[in-house]
Amino acid sequence: MIPRQVVEKIFKGLMILSLAIVMIILCGIIVLVVVKGAPALNISMLIDTPKGGYYLGKEGGIANAIVGSVYLAFGASIIAIIISLPVALSLQKEYSNRRIADFSRLILDVLWGTPSIVYGAFGFIVMVYFGVRASLLGGIIVLALLMLPIMVRSMEEVIRMVPHELKEVSYTLGTTKLETTIAVVLRQSLPGITTAILLAFGRGIGDAASILFTAGYTDYIPKSLFDPVASLPLAVFFQITTPIPEVQQRAYASALVLLFIVILVSVFSRIIGRRFSRHIVR
Amino acid sequence: MDIRRLKDISSGITIRSSLIFINSIAFLMALILFIKSYPILKSQSIYQLILGTSWHPLRGEFGFFPFIIGTIEVTVIAMALSIVPCLLCAIYLSEFAKKHYREVVHLTIDVLAGIPSVIYGLCGVIAIVPFVKIIGNILGVKTTGYSLLAGGIILAIMVCPVIISVTLEVLRSIPQEAREASIALGATRWETIRHVLFKIAKRGIVAAIVLGFARAFGETIAVMMVVGNVPKIPTSLFDPAYPLPALIANNYGEMMSLPLYDSALLFAAFILMLVVGIFSLAANLTLLKIERKGT
Repeated sequence: MIPRQVVEKIFKGLMILSLAIVMIILCGIIVLVVVKGAPALNISMLIDTPKGGYYLGKEGGIANAIVGSVYLAFGASIIAIIISLPVALSLQKEYSNRRIADFSRLILDVLWGTPSIVYGAFGFIVMVYFGVRASLLGGIIVLALLMLPIMVRSMEEVIRMVPHELKEVSYTLGTTKLETTIAVVLRQSLPGITTAILLAFGRGIGDAASILFTAGYTDYIPKSLFDPVASLPLAVFFQITTPIPEVQQRAYASALVLLFIVILVSVFSRIIGRRFSRHIVR
Repeated sequence: MDIRRLKDISSGITIRSSLIFINSIAFLMALILFIKSYPILKSQSIYQLILGTSWHPLRGEFGFFPFIIGTIEVTVIAMALSIVPCLLCAIYLSEFAKKHYREVVHLTIDVLAGIPSVIYGLCGVIAIVPFVKIIGNILGVKTTGYSLLAGGIILAIMVCPVIISVTLEVLRSIPQEAREASIALGATRWETIRHVLFKIAKRGIVAAIVLGFARAFGETIAVMMVVGNVPKIPTSLFDPAYPLPALIANNYGEMMSLPLYDSALLFAAFILMLVVGIFSLAANLTLLKIERKGT
């Protein structure tokens, strides 16, 4: 029989080993994208749209995809904020009893887990029904649907943290639910809400499967809501699947741009969360 | 009536109806997918659809078996590769690591969880596919590298942040007294983990694994980029496979003129939503119960 202290040592060693492996692999992904993407990245990649023969390795850039992704993610975020703010507020005690709130939380968690390809297929059915072709509008709507559960659940987490005493103090002053919600609850949870929005934005901008059928792809920057629109994730996807090495290089560069945006948003959201939370009452 | 009250009542109505709206989206999605896949369910028996192995949409044969098997196998490989290291990681972070160290790692993992799946897929194409090819060559198997194993590895990497993060939270929610009582009886820390913490956190850990499973089951782009996409039942780890999400992504939106084809693909989407929905519902329900008990 192996002594207990030795067993302890063995398992501790295994734990450190697996932590090291996981962290190395996960960080390795970032390093790999940077190493592969950085040489392929230049100014013209960032500011040009694809020119003739671009997909054979000629001149051009991915400005169409960058601008397209930003349009899509911004549009979707705005719609998602408008819908999810009242939903997040409605899960408070004042507006719904615990049973309904718990049930809705579960439904939202299921929606959060639903694969984005299902959103894409669902969005496509709805678009066909209303006669909308693959376009910026379609992409925005599907991405907004995808962002909703993420936004609501993360907003609600912070709204729930607002101390009940604080609300009661406000109520004793004779305020209505709405006034308390705006002046106390929203004021208190503003940093958290900002974090939630940025989190959902980061998810939305990187999602490919949902906009595969709904946003289309084009070499131009869209001029109206009904034009098809390119996006960074799909730029990566389409360019890596071609056999031409120059085009594959551009997939690496597009991936680097996408990764940069996503990590920037993610880090930024955490900084905001920390910085502004100094001003709230606990 | 006084204007403040009016505002309060109308905002209350808006807020409550938004809640109804968001709940109905979930049911609407499931319902519409079901209605759209109804034609295929009517024309063929469910048995034929799920266990049929021949996929020839032109001839009207829709056997989903190769795709279902492909999805399950890729997911199972991913879970087999990721569960043990992830649990060990989470235990280390929760029980041994210093607080600031734990927070830094947790933060990093959160950031990594947000990396788009297309980037994981790209790394799969650059690194994992050639790696699998080399392994295959060493073992004397002919393979392009685009295979079941490559898909499984990439998924294993993608589910790590989910499993670690949820397990860590479950372990942290166990009261410190439970550990102290065990240590006081003379148990080592590993014995405490094995006999006390595991027993308390069992359900939470299962929930974490199920959440990871659900995430892997529905993952589309990353898997599709490395798995090969050949509609045959894979016979070895190095064979290409064709999971359900990839089937939808590759074919939906085109060839809509074929009768029943789009219905068949939406049936696939319905299966995905149903399976992932059930799994994540069960996992989240468990986590909710744990949270309620804790407070």
